[in-house]
Amino acid sequence: MSRQLVKDNMEKHEFLVHRSVFSDREILARERAEIFNKCWLFIGHETEIPNVGDYKRKKVGGRNLLFVHSQDGEIRALYNTCPHRGALVCRENEGNSRAFRCFYHAWSFTNDGKLAGMPGKDGFPEDFNADGTKDMKAVNRLESYRGFVFVNFDDNAISLDEYLGNAKEYIDLVVDQSESGLEVLGGVQQYSVRANWKLLAENSVDLYHGMPTHKTYFDIKQSQDPGIKRIQLEGRGIDLGNGHAVMEYVAPWGRPVAQWTPIWSEDLKRDMEKMKEKLKERFGEERADRIANYNRNIIIFPNLVINDIMAVTARTFYPTSPGYMEVSGYALAPIGEDKEHRMARNNNFLEFLGPGGFATPDDNEALELCQEAYTNNTEVEWNDISKGMVRGEENALATDELQMRSFWRQYNKILQESFNREKEVAHQ
Amino acid sequence: MTVTAVTRQDVVDFLYKEAKLLDEWKLKEWAALFTDDGTYTVPPIGEPDATATESLFYVHDNRQRLQERAERLLKKEAHVEYPHSTTLRNYHNILVDNINSEVINVECNFTTHRTKREVVDMFIGKLEYEIVQQGNELAIKSKKVILHLDSLRPQGKISLIL
Repeated sequence: MSRQLVKDNMEKHEFLVHRSVFSDREILARERAEIFNKCWLFIGHETEIPNVGDYKRKKVGGRNLLFVHSQDGEIRALYNTCPHRGALVCRENEGNSRAFRCFYHAWSFTNDGKLAGMPGKDGFPEDFNADGTKDMKAVNRLESYRGFVFVNFDDNAISLDEYLGNAKEYIDLVVDQSESGLEVLGGVQQYSVRANWKLLAENSVDLYHGMPTHKTYFDIKQSQDPGIKRIQLEGRGIDLGNGHAVMEYVAPWGRPVAQWTPIWSEDLKRDMEKMKEKLKERFGEERADRIANYNRNIIIFPNLVINDIMAVTARTFYPTSPGYMEVSGYALAPIGEDKEHRMARNNNFLEFLGPGGFATPDDNEALELCQEAYTNNTEVEWNDISKGMVRGEENALATDELQMRSFWRQYNKILQESFNREKEVAHQ
Repeated sequence: MTVTAVTRQDVVDFLYKEAKLLDEWKLKEWAALFTDDGTYTVPPIGEPDATATESLFYVHDNRQRLQERAERLLKKEAHVEYPHSTTLRNYHNILVDNINSEVINVECNFTTHRTKREVVDMFIGKLEYEIVQQGNELAIKSKKVILHLDSLRPQGKISLIL
């Protein structure tokens, strides 16, 4: 079978996405097989498990994983299932342990997944587990880039480095804010949206919705800073290849590294000027300006968003059905950040971001209203994602929709290849 | 100024008044219950004693931000709560401590139901208050919401004031 999911008409400057991709169960099954089973997926940040023995349970790509810093120093992602009869082995959400024990029949495993022992050994042959099939299985492909750790369930996948490609430059700009690296704060926000997962991928690199959706936030910004005459959200949208994209732009909020805003103290102002000088020494004027004064919303295909805005957040999401996604939201900050700076950063974060912020819940609502109205998909079939095509894709503004088109072009490529393979099989 | 002795019943009535203001969307009146240094916080789930520099809270409002929160939610452009959801708050197991002190400590359980677009969400947990007397009125010095949930699924957000 073959289906047109995207109409990409450069001559007409029109880009359309078929709304069935948001509501069709068959499409979700195909996404699981072709995208979530084959692309690099974010599992967590290395600072979440800094010490030997540290572990955290993670749901990634629909799997139950155990993200663990094993005794031999390796970071592993173990499938959290007992090789014996399948029960979830580790039931604590996080902790530190040299071993994990399945309570069902008391099989135990060292924190690298190796079977350490079980009751009633005399009932098994002497060479039981000589081939290692009774160890907790680890995800074969786990690679990291600048602290961000990814897994891939496809053993033949290209390397993470190659996969990230041009997106690495933008991850660098985020991480280079700090000389000592970034760390994840406690309290990862686990929430959900009653909407298709791709709507959040779109929304995270959509500056066009900023003013209409988040007017109440910008009202507050203007009341805090009388210097803001009108809200400027200006910059570029960039296709990074492989479905990744970024928007890089200026905005009227404060940035903890290092764009001061009048709600912050004079002390912070002086500190931030110093931070900016330091960045200039390290990276030169132009790059220092980009790091300190420009915002970046990055989508790493398919489901990781890194937003370096009024604070730094990473979010990842996964569909349990076409109309429901589970979201995990992280806050990142420089290791060893001064307390006053950290508080300013976290207040900045909470003012906009997260399930209790002044903006994220309104995004959530917008996505849910899209999903609710996709009940009309049979008669009203196409979404329009054309904004900025008239300018030419290389001239896209941050408020254009190139970032989303980049995502959809990769998405469409993957799904069409999958349809084509099926057609070939059918013809044989 | 004579300060009258506060009774447990005064405190309980005050909490019920607070819940009623929230259920009736009288949010400016709710904000006015707070002292000038009042705070409203929702720490991360499972970490009620977290510090806001090390952990990511859901809400960490000083007096000014709780005012902004209240006023924002009354605007038509606070899309998630427009039209307003319907809510019902119940406070139970109210424990009042230090009734004769300057700062009265109150702890209670809460259930807040919210319905919008035919979906009912439930928030459950514990509330911790510091309550003080201002003139002849009680006022909230701090309100901390300790969610007794595993995660914000399926609620997805805390668009309400809990």
